Amino acid sequence: MSDNQTERRVDDETGIETTGHTWDGIEELNNPLPRWWLWTFYACIVWGIGYCIAYPAWPLVKGATEGLLGYSTRGEVAADIEMFKTRNAELSTQLASADLETLSANDALQRYAVSGGAAVFRTHCSQCHGSGAAGAKGYPNLLDDDWLWGGSVNEIAYSVRHGIRNEQDSDAHWSEMPAFGEILEEAEIETAVQYVLKISGADHDAGLAAQGAVVFEEQCSSCHGEDGKGMIDQGAPNLADAIWLYGGDAETLRETITYSRFGVMPAWGLRLTDTDVNAVSAYVHQLGGGQ
Amino acid sequence: MTDTSQETMPKRRRFLDKHALLEKNAMLLLVFSFLVVTVGGIVQIAPLFYLENTIEKVEGMRPYSPLELTGREIYIREGCYVCHSQMIRPMRDEVERYGHYSLAAESMYDHPFQWGSKRTGPDMARVGGRYSDAWHVDHLKDPQSVVPESIMPKYAFLADRLIKPEHIEDLLSAHRMVGVPYTDEMIEQAAADFTAQADPDSDYDGLLERYPGAQVRNFDDAGGISEMDAMIAYLQMLGTLVDFSTFTPDASR
Repeated sequence: MSDNQTERRVDDETGIETTGHTWDGIEELNNPLPRWWLWTFYACIVWGIGYCIAYPAWPLVKGATEGLLGYSTRGEVAADIEMFKTRNAELSTQLASADLETLSANDALQRYAVSGGAAVFRTHCSQCHGSGAAGAKGYPNLLDDDWLWGGSVNEIAYSVRHGIRNEQDSDAHWSEMPAFGEILEEAEIETAVQYVLKISGADHDAGLAAQGAVVFEEQCSSCHGEDGKGMIDQGAPNLADAIWLYGGDAETLRETITYSRFGVMPAWGLRLTDTDVNAVSAYVHQLGGGQ
Repeated sequence: MTDTSQETMPKRRRFLDKHALLEKNAMLLLVFSFLVVTVGGIVQIAPLFYLENTIEKVEGMRPYSPLELTGREIYIREGCYVCHSQMIRPMRDEVERYGHYSLAAESMYDHPFQWGSKRTGPDMARVGGRYSDAWHVDHLKDPQSVVPESIMPKYAFLADRLIKPEHIEDLLSAHRMVGVPYTDEMIEQAAADFTAQADPDSDYDGLLERYPGAQVRNFDDAGGISEMDAMIAYLQMLGTLVDFSTFTPDASR
């Protein structure tokens, strides 16, 4: 057939047949494939045929063959989720309708709630409130006892379920601080800044602060209280302590009063089950600041 | 097998020996290789276009609004897909963390799709509504300010780059060319819709009619429409179009 083809013959040295290919007088021995390799290859073919029968495989006219085992990825994940649901069913159902105030009396349920809640917190809450729940600028610290919308376990659960100032849930906590840059003169804002510095115990200009007391009384006290200690119903923070969400220095206060703040929290009741909401509320409540 | 001269070889054997013909003719080898690959392609790819159980129609899907599509372009430009996938796999741990597993139809208007098998950051397929707009602004500007352990780079410049819908009609037309059903009206109104979505005081009824469920807000809470607005508009709608309280997955798919 070609120039490089010779008669096949048995090689004298090795006693093995040649393939008949030759290059520059070098001939090729026709060594057989190793037996173990060959049998592995045959086994793969047999396994492949079996797989095609057992599992969905060949595309036909309307759909693919379904396979004898009736396997589907969606079916498997649904079964997987169902299995864990069933395992936890008893505690989950109890927790979903539990009275959170008295939860700590039920030791098993409390432990279930706190460890489950820790997982929910790490997955859904830590991005804003931090993995240790210490918060960040603009995102409240959940470890202290300073609460914007209430720190009892039921109040926490309400905030988790409905969120704060979001458009997804009409029951969300809602309040809106006006941007006082549109209401007050810059000089008036400066006096309010000094007054807030004063009541929070920071360095301040006493003269301006005295003027600021009047501005505060007129403009701020309806939400933050006459003593500046805040009002839970309004989500209005206590200004008479050293705990600040956005910062308590003069510059940040000026910015806050001029442009206001509008912290939003999503309504987790729309994403999480009642069990999860209660679990994470119990978890947050026992972190240290719960009331 | 000592006597194997060509004359006495069985006919079948002589046919197989013709492979030498292919091995010595590059063009012929190319043609036959192509034929073999074509068979593989037809068997693997073609059925996906006609098998009923690979084409799942899902309620709620709509093309991206102009502002969302612009955000998506920025997402691709910045290479977000290098670390973030948009594909929740059908596994229990993924479903528990990210939400319902992704459906093929949810990527039907994605050109190119954002699936992936490698994640350095979390999956984005259902990030919409999960965080507040303010969080996205803080996080894109300086991820470590809210998530100290994050290794994500900073994208603060997005807030400074104001954008105008200059080429938005072209962008929509390009997507129409590859199969996204943008209507003539959508393309005509693209610039108006682009501006309206970032301005809650605008007249956005037409936008909502063309793109049901579109969220209208000043996303970055700053003046003008910046790349930040577009990016957050895109992120906040990801995975929100299909209502999973009414959707029943067909197990055979």
